[in-house]
Amino acid sequence: MKIELNDAEKWINLFVDKLEKNKAELNELDTAIGDGDHGTNMDRGAKAVKDAFAKKTPVDLSELFKTTAFAMIQKVGGASGPLYGTAFLDMSKAAKDNDDLSALVQIGADGIKRRGQSDVKMKTMIDVWQPIADDLKQGPLTDQQVTDALESTKDMVATKGRASYLEEKSAGHLDPGSQSSAYLFESLIEVIGG
Amino acid sequence: MKYGIVIVSHSVKIADGVKDLISEAAPSLSITVAGGTDENAIGSSLEKIQKAFDENIGDEILAFYDLGSSKMNLEMFMEMTDKVVHKYDVALVEGAYTAATLAEIDSPLETIENSLKPLIIK
Ligand SMILES: [Mg+2]
Repeated sequence: MKIELNDAEKWINLFVDKLEKNKAELNELDTAIGDGDHGTNMDRGAKAVKDAFAKKTPVDLSELFKTTAFAMIQKVGGASGPLYGTAFLDMSKAAKDNDDLSALVQIGADGIKRRGQSDVKMKTMIDVWQPIADDLKQGPLTDQQVTDALESTKDMVATKGRASYLEEKSAGHLDPGSQSSAYLFESLIEVIGG
Repeated sequence: MKYGIVIVSHSVKIADGVKDLISEAAPSLSITVAGGTDENAIGSSLEKIQKAFDENIGDEILAFYDLGSSKMNLEMFMEMTDKVVHKYDVALVEGAYTAATLAEIDSPLETIENSLKPLIIK
């Protein structure tokens, strides 16, 4: 399905709202298997996105994703900055001549894989992005699909990112980047319907 | 100057410290650093990386980094720039020191890269 600028704008705005609202929850998840700053980092990114939109309203899909990307790259600070930044930047480039939602999400997922040299089953945000990209190719997205993808990270042993230093001890906890990515796709469902 | 060196670290002090150390071995080399976030906290900053590359007067850059997001931001910069950048996945201190020593005496890239090979750790 196609995504229109005004829906995409609502999508990103809902996402950054959720990041702000769930700052403590993301920090808590990151405290268990990382350095406890994912919520603080994403909250900083969220505020930067809002500031950037307030300064200049994006005129098309490509600009919307680009503005989001640069706010994240400049302000998030941790590894999530370049990861989300690359996802949105690649989506921005593609959105110049492609407004197919499932194609764009797959392009975002591929960008994260390239930047993080990661793939599914490594207990990273890819474990949400890739299944959701696949689900979107099949039809409308559901909250259950997002929950399933997120929950799948719980029992995984991390093999990428800071949590991988914990080896087996990383199992039993949700991946924080997957949780923030779940907020992104829950926001999408709120806009386009499940 | 043929080669310059850029150091990217999560920490301002590590970046500056590595520069101090390798400058001893390579006093005439252009060595620039990007340490920490924009607020000088622990992390990495694409803006600082851009600045380190802008300030470096080497024709080609040998780039060294420490951890995950330093690497990711460095690679993001490499996708955006026209500069020739050689990035090495080696131990930061030993790698930068080795490269600086060899670049100082105008060693060819092949020699530098051969000496870096045993230091690859990531
Ligand atoms: Mg963290």
